[in-house]
Amino acid sequence: MTTVTEAIARAHREQWARVVATLARRYGDLDIAEEMAAEAFAAAVERWPADGVPPSPGAWLTVTADRRALDRIRREAKRGRKHQEALMLSDATEPEPLGVIDDDRLRLVFTCCHPALAMEARVALTLRMVGGLTVPEIAAAFLVQETAMSRRITRAKTKIKAARIPYRVPSREDLAARVTGVLTVLFLIFNEGYLSSDPDKDAVRADLTAEAIRLTRLVRDLMPADGEVAGLLALMLLTEARRASRVSAGGELVALAEQDRGAWNRELIAEGHALVRARLASGQRPGRYQILAAVNAVHTDARDVRDTDWSQIVALYDQLAALDPSPIVRLNRAIALAELDGPEVALAEVEPLPLDGYHLFHATRADLLRRLGRSQESRAAYDRAIGLAVNTAEQAYLIRRRDQLAGP
Amino acid sequence: MAQYLMSVLTDSTELATEAEMETIDVFNDQLIANGHWVFAGGLASPATATVVDGRDGEPVLTDGPYVESKEHIAGFWIIEAADLDVALRLAGQGSKACNRRVEVRPVLQEDQADQADQA
Repeated sequence: MTTVTEAIARAHREQWARVVATLARRYGDLDIAEEMAAEAFAAAVERWPADGVPPSPGAWLTVTADRRALDRIRREAKRGRKHQEALMLSDATEPEPLGVIDDDRLRLVFTCCHPALAMEARVALTLRMVGGLTVPEIAAAFLVQETAMSRRITRAKTKIKAARIPYRVPSREDLAARVTGVLTVLFLIFNEGYLSSDPDKDAVRADLTAEAIRLTRLVRDLMPADGEVAGLLALMLLTEARRASRVSAGGELVALAEQDRGAWNRELIAEGHALVRARLASGQRPGRYQILAAVNAVHTDARDVRDTDWSQIVALYDQLAALDPSPIVRLNRAIALAELDGPEVALAEVEPLPLDGYHLFHATRADLLRRLGRSQESRAAYDRAIGLAVNTAEQAYLIRRRDQLAGP
Repeated sequence: MAQYLMSVLTDSTELATEAEMETIDVFNDQLIANGHWVFAGGLASPATATVVDGRDGEPVLTDGPYVESKEHIAGFWIIEAADLDVALRLAGQGSKACNRRVEVRPVLQEDQADQADQA
């Protein structure tokens, strides 16, 4: 019985997206694809314990879902509703091969992450259609009412159908921008899991980072040649590797310099490093995620914080600033610069940044001012940072740092 | 093929300048040449609108647009496109040509009419 349960769970993990994607292509309808995939898995739960696990679970599930879809369409045709030809999402003009695997699942990913959909709809739809999470699971992960989440997904599906958002890998001219869009969705899912601190929701949120990594692995399998996909996966792995040491038992954020590096996940770090090395070896100009992954590779390479190669990190942020001259990139560069050239140089870089509403700007100023012995200014900056931070673990950390300041 | 309404949004009553008219003409010619053209037109200002309610007996006329808003529709295209990706690309070109924002909305098709209510 347990082995059957495991087989069903594994099939769900490995085959859900494939079943949905195949049906979506065949019937041109995400609703039918989603519902029939769910029915096929329900049928597996019912039948596999008695009949045994079929030799090819994926094929069994697809055939079962397909049969049910046909039944449903026939039933509806009989009721006088117009028989829908499978044209709605399908695409007569196949794009030329792009060096990517033309997998139905990839079409599904691009459709769910279409830029004409609101970002929150893209996230929800990707988790439902590609990830196979249930609506209650997604609602819980984003702290949204189930009915609201259900509406959000339904609205997105309706728009896809009515506006004819195509079910295909984008054309060459759109591809780069659309891949970036997909990665944004995946990174958002990851960060939603990673940056949360609500202790009651922790378990669900941890699932979300795992889910983001799983989805990114899938996209990487589908687009193995894309450097940014590899970069994002590496970035996630190297971040996830530090999860256990990132929050203390007392629920306080632990700064990178103070983390127990022995508790970092060596396996994830090794995988992340291998990805970063492969990207470096490719000789191609890295994009944003590859650079951020490289920064994290430098951090996770150091057995002790004092061994960190800060000049390498500053150089990487210089590279990133050339792609994206945003103040946040410059803030991160300044934090690394403080380790290289001291807090005074860094503070001069930080002060003019237009980030007054950003808690990390004030937290960084507070730390630099503390190191310069300017306690009073540091305290004021900590106060601003604490007021702006929403994450309770981060607040706890900042409060402790503030209260450790010398003098009144 | 599907049809899309591309509405030109503006918050000013200024008509298109001569330079804008020229780029719009070029864009229109491209729409025709590539088989996307269905119809297009510019609209007089909302102040010239009359709302007619003929649902109950003699039509009741109201001077002015049905809703006062900061932005209004200054013109429109109806285009034919294979899917939304094509329509969005054309809308991008149209927006550039007329130097205004453009809203893209699918025209309901017969096979979709029964699903529209779910939206």
